[in-house]
Order: sequence, then C-alpha cells, then structure tokens
Amino acid sequence: MNWNDCGPAANFAPELGSCVKINDEQIAIFNLQERGWYATQNLCPHEKRMVLARGLTGDANGEPKVVCPLHKRNFSLKTGCQIGDSDCGQIRTYPVKVENGRVLVQA
Amino acid sequence: MKDSRKTLIVVGNGMVGHKFCERFSASPAAAEWNLIVFGEEPRPAYDRVHLSEYFAGRSVEDLTLGSKAWYAERGIELRCGERILALDRERQCVVSDQGAELHYQALVLATGSAPFVPTVPGVNLKGIFVYRTIEDLDAIRACAHESKTCAVIGGGLLGLEAAKAAQDLGLKTSVVEFAPRLMPRQLDEGGGGMLLGVIKSRGIEVLLNRNTKHFVDKNGAVDGLEFVDGSALQADMVIISAGIRPRDELARSFGIEVGPRGGIQVDDAMRTSDVKIYAIGECALHRGMIYGLVAPGYQQADVAAAQILGRDVRFTGADLSAKLKLIGTDVASFGNIEPKEAHYDLVVADRSKGVYKKIFVTADGKRLLGGILVGDASDYGSLLQLYLNAMPLPAEPLALIAPAVAGGGHSSGPLDLPDTATICSCENVSKATICAAIDSGCSKVPELKKCTKAGTGCGGCVPLVTDLLKAYQKSKGLEVSEAICEHFPHSRVALNAIVRASGIKSFENLIAKHGQGHGCEICKPAVASILASTWNEPILKHAALQDTNDVFLANIQKDGTYSVIPRVPGGEITADKLIVIGEVAKKYSLYVKITGGQRIDLLGAHLNDLPAIWSELIAAGFESGHAYGKALRTVKSCVGSTWCRYGVQDSTSMAIRIEERYRGLRSPHKLKSAVSGCTRECAEAQSKDFGIIATEKGWNLYVCGNGGMKPRHADLLAGDLDDATLIKYIDRFLMYYIKTADRLNRTSTWLDKLPGGLAHLKDVILNDSLGICEELETQMQQLVDTYECEWKNAVNDPEKLKRFNHFVNSDERDPTHAFAREREQIRPLADDERLAGTTV
Ligand code: SRM
Ligand SMILES: Cc1cc2nc3c(=O)[nH]c(=O)nc-3n(C[C@H](O)[C@H](O)[C@H](O)COP(=O)(O)OP(=O)(O)OC[C@H]3O[C@@H](n4cnc5c(N)ncnc54)[C@H](O)[C@@H]3O)c2cc1C
Ligand code: SF4
Ligand code: FES
Repeated sequence: MNWNDCGPAANFAPELGSCVKINDEQIAIFNLQERGWYATQNLCPHEKRMVLARGLTGDANGEPKVVCPLHKRNFSLKTGCQIGDSDCGQIRTYPVKVENGRVLVQA
Repeated sequence: MKDSRKTLIVVGNGMVGHKFCERFSASPAAAEWNLIVFGEEPRPAYDRVHLSEYFAGRSVEDLTLGSKAWYAERGIELRCGERILALDRERQCVVSDQGAELHYQALVLATGSAPFVPTVPGVNLKGIFVYRTIEDLDAIRACAHESKTCAVIGGGLLGLEAAKAAQDLGLKTSVVEFAPRLMPRQLDEGGGGMLLGVIKSRGIEVLLNRNTKHFVDKNGAVDGLEFVDGSALQADMVIISAGIRPRDELARSFGIEVGPRGGIQVDDAMRTSDVKIYAIGECALHRGMIYGLVAPGYQQADVAAAQILGRDVRFTGADLSAKLKLIGTDVASFGNIEPKEAHYDLVVADRSKGVYKKIFVTADGKRLLGGILVGDASDYGSLLQLYLNAMPLPAEPLALIAPAVAGGGHSSGPLDLPDTATICSCENVSKATICAAIDSGCSKVPELKKCTKAGTGCGGCVPLVTDLLKAYQKSKGLEVSEAICEHFPHSRVALNAIVRASGIKSFENLIAKHGQGHGCEICKPAVASILASTWNEPILKHAALQDTNDVFLANIQKDGTYSVIPRVPGGEITADKLIVIGEVAKKYSLYVKITGGQRIDLLGAHLNDLPAIWSELIAAGFESGHAYGKALRTVKSCVGSTWCRYGVQDSTSMAIRIEERYRGLRSPHKLKSAVSGCTRECAEAQSKDFGIIATEKGWNLYVCGNGGMKPRHADLLAGDLDDATLIKYIDRFLMYYIKTADRLNRTSTWLDKLPGGLAHLKDVILNDSLGICEELETQMQQLVDTYECEWKNAVNDPEKLKRFNHFVNSDERDPTHAFAREREQIRPLADDERLAGTTV
C-alpha cells in the first residue's frame, strides 16, 4: 500500500468530493476543511455507477457523510457504512492526508 | 467443543422463513438454539411482494430482506442454494441435495408455493414463463428484448401485475382469463366490469371466458395460444399466472398429513401432524385456508417462533384484504365479499370516472362485513380499520363511500381508533404500540419505522402512521415538528424569512447562527434555493450546497452522464439555431430528443465535455434552460393569432415575453407555464403552475395546475387582463409562492395547504389584503434585473470550469461510460449488457 500523490490540495474544492485516478482505481476524495479529509471508492454500490465524488456532503448526528447523487443513499465517510433505511452495502474507505500542500491517498 | 444447544432447522428462506428467523432470533430464549436455514434459491430472502419493482430499477440488494451479514450477526447459519430433499422423521434429520445430513430437535417448513402451471400441450415451449423469482424476471426481461407481444394467462391480482410489467417492458400485452371477469376471487361482477374498462383504457387487451387448448409452436418457441372456443391469440411470449400450488412435496413424500387439495395441514399452533415439525407461510393449510398473502404468513411465523420457544400463542385465521398495486388504478377488497350472514350492500358506481365502490353492512347497519373498491381506493385504510376493529358505523353508512352525496360524511380520525387497532398489518403493529413509541420519544416517521417496524412491509400504512403521529402529538400538546431536518429547527418558510430579514448570504453563516452541524441533502439544496431566490447570485457560488444537477448545471442521467437543454423560449426556434444544435450533437456524439416541454434535449454528455458544448451553444445565442434546477422550466406556447385561424391574441409573443421575464427564477419546486391563443387550449395552460389563455378582451390567468404524478387543473385567478396587469399579477403570485411554500411543494400542493385556499390567494393578489403587493413586485423586479445566464457565467470563469472534469488528476473521461446504438443514436448500456461487458 503506497501513499499516492493526487496533486495540490487547492485542486480539491471545499465541502465537495473530487475523483482521482490511482492506477486503474477511481477514488473519491472529500475536503471537509476543519473536519478533515476523507476518501472512499467512487462507485456507488447501489446501481454501480462512478458517481459518489459528485454527491452532496453533510453529516448525520455528527457523522460525516456523502449522499449519492443518483438515488440519495447515504454513506458514512468514516466507516463506509450505509446510513438510513435501505441497505445496498458498505463502501470502501482509504487513508488520506495532506502533506506539504499535496493530497496523498493510500491505495 | 461440543455444542450443547438444540438444533432448529428452517427449510425455505422466503419471506415468511426470513420473518421467522427475525422473530425467533429477537428472543433471548433463542440462545438455547442453534438455528440453521436452508434456502433453495441462490440468494438470501428478498421482498417478493415488491418483485415487480426489479423491472423498474430496484436492485437485488434493495429487495433483500436480510443479507448474509444480517444472518451472520445473529449467529444463524444460512445455507443458500441448498435444497432439502428428504426427511427422516424417525431419526429427526434432513438430507440436502449437497449430501448434508443434519439432526434437528425442531423443524420448520417454510417452503412457500410454486406457480400453478396447467398441463396444456406446448407448455414447455421456449418463451413461456412464470412470475415468482428474480430468475423468472431476468428470463422474462431477456426474452422481452426480442419480443413484441405478450400474453398473460390469469386475470387475478398477480396476472394483472405481470401484465403491467410486460407492458412497461414495451410489449403489446393481452390478459387471458378463464372466468367471466377480472380478479374473480376479489371482485364481484360490477367491480370486475369497471376494472375491465380501466385496464383496457391503459392499452392492455383482455380476453375473458377463454380456456387455452394449446400453445402454438414455432420452431420450438411459443407463437401464440389457441382456445377451446376456436379463437386464437398471437404472442411472442407468455407469462403464466394462474394461481399457486403449495410446495408440500416434502411433507407429502414423508408421511406428514396434507390437505385433499394440497397444503401441509397445521393446527392453531402451526404444528403439523408430526409434533416436532411446523409449517408456515404459503405451504401451510390452516382451517382449510392457504393464504397467498404475506401478512398472514408473518403472523404464522410469529406463532411458530413463540411455540418453539415455549410460549403458547395461537393463529386463528387472518384477514384476506388486499390492495392491488402497480396497475395504474386503485383496486382493493377487504373482509368478506360474499357474506353468508344477513346483510345488505351499498353501491356507488360512476362510469364516467371509472369508480366503483361497494360495501357489505350487517342487516342492523351496525358493522362493516367487507367491501370492494375500484378506481378510487382512498377510503381503503379507514374502511379496513372500521372492519378489522368491528367499529360502529355512522347512521348513514353510505356516507362511508359517498361522503359528499350523503351529506357531511363521517370524520373519524386516527385518534378514534381503538388502541388494539392494527395499523400495520404486515408487521402486526397496533395503534397502542405506535402511541407508546411516540411517548417514548419517537417524533418522526423514520424513527417510528425503526422502532416499531410499522410501515416497513408493503408500505401501504405509511400515510396512516403519519396522520396518527401528527394527531397524537397534537393531542398530547407535543410540538409537531416543523424542522426541515436535523440541522435546522425551522421550516423552509421560516428560513426564508430569516435569510431576508438578517441579510445572511451564505449557508455557513445561516447554520452557525440558526442551526447546528454541517448540513445534509435536505437542508443544503433548500437553503441554496432560498439564497438564490432572495439574492440571485450565480448558483455556482454555492456549489457545495447544490444537488449534483445544480453543481454541474445539467441533469445527471442513470449512467452518470449529463443532459443539455438549452432554453427555447415559447418553443420558437430558427432554422439556424436548430442547425447549431444538430452540429453540436454530432460533434459530441449526443442523443437527441424533443422533450415534452417544446425544446430539445441532448443526452449522454461526458462531464468533461459540458463546458465546450455550452460554449458553442452560447456563441450561437443560446442560454441555459434550467432543466436541472428547481426553477422556471418552460413556457409552452401555441402559434396563436399570428398563424392560427382561431387565435384571438398573439400567444407566442406573450409566452416568449413571460419566459424571458422569469428565466432563471429559483423557487421551492420547478415552475412551468404555458400560453394558449384561444380556448381550444393547445398549449395546455391549465395544467401549469401558471397558465394563460387568450380571450377576446385580453388574458385569463390560471394558477396552481400541474401534470405529473398527481395532475391538477389550474384555477382561474383573474380574467380578461391587459398585458401589464397580467405580468403584475404573475409577479405577485410567484413571489408569494416562493416566500411561503415548503420545500419541494409545487404550487398545487402549496395551494392545498394555504389557509383560506383560492379565495385567500385571490384576496392577496387582486385586493392586496395583506398589504404586501408592492414589496412582492419590487422583489420580483430585482430578480428580473439581476438575471444572468448560469452557463455564461460559468464558461467565463476558469475557476468554476476546473470542476468540470471527471478526475482532478487526469483529463481522461470516465472510462466506465459505454453506449449501445439504437435507432441510429446512442443509448446507455442496459444493466445486463453492462454485466456482460458488451460495447456496441
Ligand atoms: C426531458 C423530459 C422528458 C422528455 O423527454 O420529454 C423530462 C425529464 C425529466 N423529468 Fe419531467 N421531463 C420532461 C417534461 C415533463 C412534463 C411535461 C411538461 O413539462 O409539459 C411533466 C408533467 C408536467 C408537470 O410537471 O406538471 C413532467 C413531470 C415530471 C415530474 C413530476 C412533477 C410533479 O409535480 O408531479 C418529475 C419529478 C419531480 O420534479 O420531482 C420530473 C422529473 C424529471 C427528471 C428531472 C427526472 C430526474 O430527476 O432525472 C427528468 C430528467 C430530465 C433530464 O435529464 O433532462 N418530471 N416532466 C421533459 C423535459 C421538459 C423540458 O423541456 O424541460
Ligand atoms: C409478483 C408477486 C407479487 C406479490 N404481491 C403480493 C402483495 O401485494 N401482497 C401480498 O400480501 N402478497 C403478495 N405476494 C405473495 C407473497 O410474496 C407470498 O405470500 C410470500 O412470499 C410467501 O412467503 P413464503 O415464505 O411462504 O414463500 P416464498 O417467499 O415462496 O419462500 C419459500 C422459499 O422456500 C424455498 N424452498 C422451497 N422448498 C425448499 C426446499 N425443499 N429446500 C430449500 N428451500 C426450499 C423456495 O425456493 C423459496 O425461496 C406476491 C407474490 C408475487 C410472486
Ligand atoms: S423522463 Fe419523466 S416520465 Fe420519463 S422516466 Fe424520467 S421522470 Fe419518468
Ligand atoms: S446509484 Fe447510488 S444511490 Fe442509486
């Protein structure tokens, strides 16, 4: 597992997700500013589309989450577990950090 | 280490088998048991009741009732894809098709039923299906791709559901029924006749009194049916839905008592003739009844679980009430529709509306015995409650099905129900349970669902649960929450007022001062909409608040590509502009379609291409059409007096003027309008949020109509207006709506909730009864003056364009997009094609 350089932190819009390509994998990275950085798979397990980076972010009872733009399934950014009624499975999360102004993700 | 626990084996992991596991494992006493479940299907139990939604896009995961993880968490051993072949009752063990032999101390048969397939010659031909499992549906969908026509055998509840599904798959569909009417088990002649009319009007052919003689063979595949009466029907495929047969084969082969016409005989404890063996669900025959519905099966699961755990609970029979879903009209029946005791019936039949309602009332007029509803089942919930709880009826029972006619009607709200009333019959949740949950702190429907399970089955009781929650909270003096979500203790209307009064221009400030946490998918877009219709700044300033459509100024499609809809005011467009659209579509390989709103949709655009596409469109004079926003969409027009021999005003010019005035206007929900040049109403103005119809003297203004899910005709707000007054009234109307509507309420829903209704609205707009009209006009004028095309703003701002890239670290497009060609254009691959990895 390497730390992969995903480019300058300034490329990652605040409070939004952005998608990076690491080898052949698509990873969604979320810049939640003072609440930290998170990374998950970009694939929504519901209908298997590469869209999670384009979802709204927010929180549920303090837990940071992303909301799939297609049918609004909610996933915890911390654990990848689904939040709410339905269950289409858990998403993968990845360690992510910012060093010297560069975003690094471990995948 | 030796396991000291007793072994309980469940055969069958369907809906009822799963419910059994849920109920059983919830008891602390279950710790003494090792629970092992065998299911012949390849996956854990799923929601068969909502199986048809699989065609509408619900995934297997979505339909799953308990995942493998769910079973593992409860320490239950789930063995999918393994079938039980034999029972050795002497040695108390079961044998599976994979050679496993397991001993049990108790055994539950939950083997369900299988579709009944009549032994008609040709029934084994290719293209003949049943409708029960995911695999059946996969096979049907695959065959439908190559078929044009479909016959459904059986005009019962399930047959009609299958027919609707076949029609939705694009097949010309016919239903073949042996009996002289549809749904013979649930409906009487009158109801069946009314339903027949409705089904036919939906384009499904119905053949009654038809007995199939044989299926027509064309090279080993079915090509139609021939009937005993000599008539015939062509069909490329056939779905058989002619009833169910209990799967009692294990019981039958190993000496457990079965009924003369099938079904495993059980007593009120759900015990079979072998005291160690129970049977529940559709395989069980109880007091001569096999229940083909899930709710009685769940009750049986409850009883069997309690019995095995040593509690003496009994099943004494259940209600056969049913509400048909999915067919596009309401059909329901409840209680006994052929009562034996003395009774009279009351019927309301309105052919013009396709409504038929019949109830059976005891001879003394005191209790309801049963009823049938076709075309309008809105009374189903309340009638069912009256029936199930044997509640006293109003003096004039006709009022139950025709309140207006019988004068006054009855108004028993959810609070009048007895505490024992079953609110959710799937999960058997009583009113008392729900009220207790509210007392212990549940204050929202999702919380109630979670802690009582009410409304988690077929979902039919959710409106009743919601009403009960509100009524009960009110009666207890509890606050009925107006909060839009966990982050703001305010309604949208209150937030709107706060924003305007305090001058707050950002979400961060608003949530810091008036809310908590960091927002969610409910409050963020709602606040974005409020900020936009108050301050009218370009919405990408608040990109992080927007739904994906607004973030990228385009509608996301099922495959993650986007659509592009330029504004075409009034639907009027020059040949040159059409050519530009065509050229752009060609250049970026887009699918082209004329929308229902008199403009053109270009679909299948890669995120990365959106800026280039829009730059070219803008250069040719196009603007954003806001098809992605809760904003003004289209103002449809007809050709009007300029061309049409009947037109009395220039409706096209007026439509363009209105569309250009309100373009970009953000609102609680989308806004649509139309202008017709005369009363023939070719622009369908009366189905719009605000619609205008030309008169000899000016314009009639209609408001609060819509098409969509719940169509509503607009109401006349004012007549014979001159141009200036028309615009003034629309300004006031729209601004008043924007300021006072809840989030995602169309104008019609808003009007329904507006105290005083239309009369009040007229008073505000025409007579300025609130003294706010000047303010409304000024605020609207400010929005009109500050309009800016969102796309023009974006393509001129390199900072904003940065986000229009699928990857932040590569210029590559999303490599997972793939298209097929159909009718000379692209379309996204269907799910099965994606899985197969085909790219055409
Ligand atoms: C493209 C179009 C269908 C078409 O191919 O013709 C369409 C497509 C969508 N409609 Fe529509 N509607 C389209 C005309 C209509 C019409 C007809 C009309 O406007 O004359 C109606 C009924 C009239 C009405 O709204 O009163 C209509 C009633 C709906 C509804 C139900 C609204 C309701 O109040 O019940 C929704 C769902 C919603 O908005 O919540 C919806 C939602 C949608 C969405 C946005 C669904 C979604 O979230 O993806 C579709 C995506 C559009 C896209 O990606 O571009 N669409 N939709 C039509 C675009 C018109 C346009 O030029 O902008
Ligand atoms: C399309 C459709 C729509 C429906 N709509 C409604 C509705 O609106 N309302 C309603 O109340 N009901 C509806 N039903 C009926 C409802 O689905 C059934 O009542 C319910 O599924 C019965 O549950 P069950 O567990 O008894 O049987 P099933 O769900 O059929 O489960 C039995 C399971 O046992 C397995 N099995 C059988 N024999 C063995 C063996 N020897 N070894 C291992 N496994 C075995 C079977 O493969 C099956 O998976 C509908 C049914 C269908 C098909
Ligand atoms: S375009 Fe409208 S009617 Fe058609 S599928 Fe989408 S939402 Fe439904
Ligand atoms: S694809 Fe993500 S919720 Fe449906």
